[in-house]
Amino acid sequence: MAVAAVKARGSPRPAEGIAASLSGSLAVAEAMRQTNPDVVAAYPITPSTIMVEKFSEFVANGQVDTEFVAVESEHSAMSACIGAAAAGARAQTVTSSQGLAYMWEALYVASGTRLPIVLHCANRTLSAPINIHCDHSDTMGARDSGWVQLYAENTQEAYDNALMAVRIAEHPEVMLPVLHSQDGYTITHSVERVELLPDDVARQFVGEYRPRYPLLDLKAPVTVGPIVSPTYYFEMKRQAVEAMERAAEVIHNIGQEFGRMSGRYYGLSEEYRLEDAEVALVLLGATVGTARVVVDQLRSQGMRAGLLKVRSFRPFPGDEVVQALAGKAAVAVLDRSLAYGAAGNPLFQDVCSALYVRGMHVPLVNYVYGIGGREAMPNDLLQVFKELYRAADSGQAGPAVRYLALRE
Amino acid sequence: MSPMKLNLKELSRQEDLLAPGHRLCPGCIEPVAVRQVLQVAGPNTVVATATGCLEVSTTAYPYTSWRVPWVHSLFENAAATISGVEAAYKTFLRTGRWKEDQPINFVVFGGDGGTYDIGLQALSGAIERGHRFLYVCLNNEAYMNTGIQRSSASPLGTWTTTTPVGTRMTGKPQPRKDLTRIVAAHGVPYAAQASPHLWKDFMRKVEKALGTDGPTFINVLAPCPRGWRTPDDLGIQLGRVATETCVWPIYEVDQGVWKLNHRPREKRPVVEWLKVQGRFLHLLRPENRHLLELCQAEVDRSWTSLQAACGASGGAQGTPEAPRAAEGA
Ligand SMILES: Cc1ncc(C[n+]2csc(CCOP(=O)(O)OP(=O)(O)O)c2C)c(N)n1
Repeated sequence: MAVAAVKARGSPRPAEGIAASLSGSLAVAEAMRQTNPDVVAAYPITPSTIMVEKFSEFVANGQVDTEFVAVESEHSAMSACIGAAAAGARAQTVTSSQGLAYMWEALYVASGTRLPIVLHCANRTLSAPINIHCDHSDTMGARDSGWVQLYAENTQEAYDNALMAVRIAEHPEVMLPVLHSQDGYTITHSVERVELLPDDVARQFVGEYRPRYPLLDLKAPVTVGPIVSPTYYFEMKRQAVEAMERAAEVIHNIGQEFGRMSGRYYGLSEEYRLEDAEVALVLLGATVGTARVVVDQLRSQGMRAGLLKVRSFRPFPGDEVVQALAGKAAVAVLDRSLAYGAAGNPLFQDVCSALYVRGMHVPLVNYVYGIGGREAMPNDLLQVFKELYRAADSGQAGPAVRYLALRE
Repeated sequence: MSPMKLNLKELSRQEDLLAPGHRLCPGCIEPVAVRQVLQVAGPNTVVATATGCLEVSTTAYPYTSWRVPWVHSLFENAAATISGVEAAYKTFLRTGRWKEDQPINFVVFGGDGGTYDIGLQALSGAIERGHRFLYVCLNNEAYMNTGIQRSSASPLGTWTTTTPVGTRMTGKPQPRKDLTRIVAAHGVPYAAQASPHLWKDFMRKVEKALGTDGPTFINVLAPCPRGWRTPDDLGIQLGRVATETCVWPIYEVDQGVWKLNHRPREKRPVVEWLKVQGRFLHLLRPENRHLLELCQAEVDRSWTSLQAACGASGGAQGTPEAPRAAEGA
């Protein structure tokens, strides 16, 4: 779909959005078209494939200037993005699940080389057994790879994040690759109403990329990817950690700038009816939408329930989370992936540490849900709230890690 | 492009694009091959290198030996990495953002491990997609950077640290993979085998490859004193023995036409190749006679088949004498 360019009228007024009915995949493909990356290198894998297919159409019809590299594997997809980004190009890829796992060693090269690659991910679980449905095992497996990680709640956010990701990655204070993901099927394949930005507005927002040390500058030859001894390696990694920390402010600022332009403001996390809540959920991804409905339902029954959505998982907004959860009677952290044998699952671990290092105690339980595509239904989330109330009333949190909607 | 003048006087005046002071072992032939390539390619060249001896020995941060833009990312992805670089260049050209008047040469250096084995998929993919690049395999017939382990380029009977000579095993049980043929079977416009001792032949091949629009491949023998258990000053000489025994035939497949570029005056027995290298000495023991025969048979088989390929596509009557005269000229 081509979006007719409509001029943004006057600066402080949000640009006129273009309403469309799109699946998450097609919405992200639109964002890619508007971004017009120099190089896209990608390989098909369900449920991300539609993004690649749609984008290939844009290439075939000359709607973008992109060189599309139809690689023979995801390992090569990320490798080609690394080559392109090192060359000074804006490079993007798309993947899911095994594809992301297959990229794993190259993900570290992208961040270690400080290349602002953008990866559009459709979350899907990992084999074995093989299963094409959603959970967050794939992206959580990459959580320590030095990539910024954003999670979308719905189609609109998937589209918006796809545009903001470019700005975050290329920000001079960041220069780290960004992965933004959307729950497979729930977002990628569900058609929702979205508001797209007019092409010229989107283009202006992402702007032009000016690489500092492009490989293709023949007059100033650079060596990219040298071997680094213990004398320097640690400092380089620390610099990347600092860049990740700086990314927090950048994500916030770009989210606000995006808001001024579109009317849709973004931070690193978002509270929903949380301020006066006694009990709360912390979660990320598409299930946030379901949880909102459940919170509303409980509120209508006079119960003070709320939720905290984590949009930016890396960098993790520890201060915001702690502030938001302070004083709650009981909180459930919902994880859609497993950390075998750990003291808790990924999101839970981060929430726990964030509270602990700030000397804060909030009764906390960890629920694993939705593994391999088993959706968390409103009744399941109601059950969680019920158990939270029970824990709050009795002062007994019970087992730290529980499994939602599981036959046991 | 008009063929460049390949005379030593001219070449000796050129700036080395691989600076001296790198940390490759004494007697290593990899930098010899690299400099020969860069002398032809010149400064308008971007190099990608796979993890391996060359990469670790030329880029010890904060130093670099590379006077041309250079990128390394992983062991098995050099061909994919250059695909991305070349794709970026194409977009820059198409959108008018490329300001230089000279086109860029894209060159990859990979060891035999990074090329024959773990990087074969990426190489095959990049070739099939038709990116414009020259892939040079620096073939020292084993994984040397990690301490001499076998690769699929290690010949039959080779001692390596993962094919040790023991009471039950006598070196590598399998013959090597014929990668040049595998690459040629992709239908690349240009693929060749070369050896740095035939420097004119090699440099002409580089020139031809860089003048070709599409993926090109040169498999160059790179003797390794450490891994081959040979004296440091024997590398160039070993190249000569390899070609005279037909262990390493010098040929090219140019637009589908197979051509032998160097025909030894008299094909020498393979034992002459084996006996000068520590990695093969066990093959000379009387109890391993059958292995020696197998080695000879393997060389004969591939030589015969190569000659047939050259004959079949009309290149058999190439000019064996002319390239020979070029050797060391
Ligand atoms: C995925 C992966 N596996 C293994 C290694 C370890 N490794 C680094 S270099 C190398 C061998 C290189 O051998 P080759 O490609 O023949 O080049 P040479 O060093 O002999 O020039 C190996 C096994 C690695 N870096 N990455």
